[in-house]
Amino acid sequence: MTELIVQQQWFLWMTLLPLGAAVAAFLAPRQAHWIGLVTALLLPLCALAAIAAATLSETQTITAGNWPTPLGIALRSDGLALVMLAVTALVGFIISCYALGYFPVRGHHQSRARYFWPLWLFLWGGCNALFISGDLFNLYVTLELVTLASVALIALEGGKAALAAALRYLFISLLGSLAYLLGVGILYGTYATVDIILLGDMLAATRLNHAAMSLMIAGLVLKSALFPLHFWLPQAHTMAPAPVSAVLSALVVKCAYVILLRLWFEVFPALDTIAIGHLLGLLGSIAIIWGSLMALRQERLKLLIAYSTVAQIGYLFLVFPLAHTETMASAWIGGVLLMMAHACGKAAMFMVAGTIHHTAGSDRISRLAGAGGPIGVLVVVFTLAAGTIIGLPPSGGFFAKWLFINAALVSGQWWYLPIILSGTLLAAAYIARVLGWAFLDVKRSSYPVIPWMMKWPPLVLSIIALLFGLIAYEPVQLALSGAPVSSPVLVEFGP
Amino acid sequence: MSPALLYTGSGIILFSIGLHALLVHRHLLRKILAANIMGSGVFMVFIAMGVHGDSGVADPVPQAMVLTGIVVSLCFTAVAIVLAVRLNKLTGCTTLAVDEESSID
Repeated sequence: MTELIVQQQWFLWMTLLPLGAAVAAFLAPRQAHWIGLVTALLLPLCALAAIAAATLSETQTITAGNWPTPLGIALRSDGLALVMLAVTALVGFIISCYALGYFPVRGHHQSRARYFWPLWLFLWGGCNALFISGDLFNLYVTLELVTLASVALIALEGGKAALAAALRYLFISLLGSLAYLLGVGILYGTYATVDIILLGDMLAATRLNHAAMSLMIAGLVLKSALFPLHFWLPQAHTMAPAPVSAVLSALVVKCAYVILLRLWFEVFPALDTIAIGHLLGLLGSIAIIWGSLMALRQERLKLLIAYSTVAQIGYLFLVFPLAHTETMASAWIGGVLLMMAHACGKAAMFMVAGTIHHTAGSDRISRLAGAGGPIGVLVVVFTLAAGTIIGLPPSGGFFAKWLFINAALVSGQWWYLPIILSGTLLAAAYIARVLGWAFLDVKRSSYPVIPWMMKWPPLVLSIIALLFGLIAYEPVQLALSGAPVSSPVLVEFGP
Repeated sequence: MSPALLYTGSGIILFSIGLHALLVHRHLLRKILAANIMGSGVFMVFIAMGVHGDSGVADPVPQAMVLTGIVVSLCFTAVAIVLAVRLNKLTGCTTLAVDEESSID
């Protein structure tokens, strides 16, 4: 039995299965939702098997076609890849269940379901391939797979605004990935390899390498929507149908960020990155404040959640200035933890917003006035999911922020402390604003009926998000196996 | 000036021209063309990076990468054109609407 688990290359199946299922769903549109659901059920099982295989043996590496690494394409299942595969499987499974209720198979919106499933499975396969990719060019290709599928998914509604948002997103992504690719080309010219581990060993602090690094980081920062390059995100994320918004905010933005983490800690440690780290930290700090303030001003629930994503991305970028020698592991694992917590929380929030839009006919926050009955339940789910965005204990967001604050104090960068804390306060404020409307004493004449498939999946995910901190030990241990950081994780304030 | 340097230089110039056009022009078709020119610039840099030493034999790996890159950029161009045509049919204009751009922030 043990042999069977170890010998199978489960993480490879996690890429091949959704890609194959996407083709099948495209060819058999009437059965697309069944194909999607079966795949969504199988992928979490594959993720568990991959984790079991990785804990029983060492980090697995496959080179495509058995070509040796400088030439072949390496696929690795290290700690970061495994936790991202697992979180994607969990969030993806719940989003798939929700989509089953959101896109009815019969009725006049049939064509949306027909196109949603192949594109979503395609995107899922692309994400999984990205997490296990071990070379820079393969990362580019997988990132483009994810982007293409997201562009098509944003355009799914087919309206003017959706098409314009999709096109704008396409141009922005293309710009970002071409800048990244140019950087990869420059690195290849010097070192004749694009393998992450080989490059990390060889890289020297030359001017050319710094230019390549700047290009790659700029491209990825654009794709992961860091302030002031976040301008495309609110439109793109709100024009899409609710399950798509959840996917985009929870998973797609993280793809570019995962590449950035790999570059920063595995490829570029030899280069002089302090100034760029501080620049990214500054932009991240502005993103936290600006995104939260903009979220506070929004009239529509989906836009509020989208601006909250802008703020949370700001937190993710605090990893780079905070990762000094002794706080390296704290900052790194804080970033990974925040990615996971945000994926669960934000997906649940977008799904709830979609259900509210579906039942109330509009997602204006003022429409929530006097929310009782079924909508009241949704408001509760929304609040539970928001717990991790605010950073309330015992959510994953709380522990991530705790690790960041620790790293800031230990590395003597106290000025990040008020920013992290005021971001938390502002997040609490914009969530409280939604609750304020919901608790208004207004009599409603009718309460809509909500299909259970649109009510329970977000609840499950929001509870997982809220209790994530209690089970965070296992994923943290898993992520740290084969991690590029070796210092101990600090959980107490100390010298 | 060696051929490799010439190709790298022209690639970077093409990339910059494309970048400028992508940001400045409003017409969607021009934007799509600009993105393609940017891509060609990057591919040219890749091809130039295949020259290692004076052996006169080109490294085939960047050429394989460029082939992959061309496939990716073809897909993107196709999707962009479909979206642009569809938008044009719905709105009658050939740009991304201005009023939406200002409503973002």
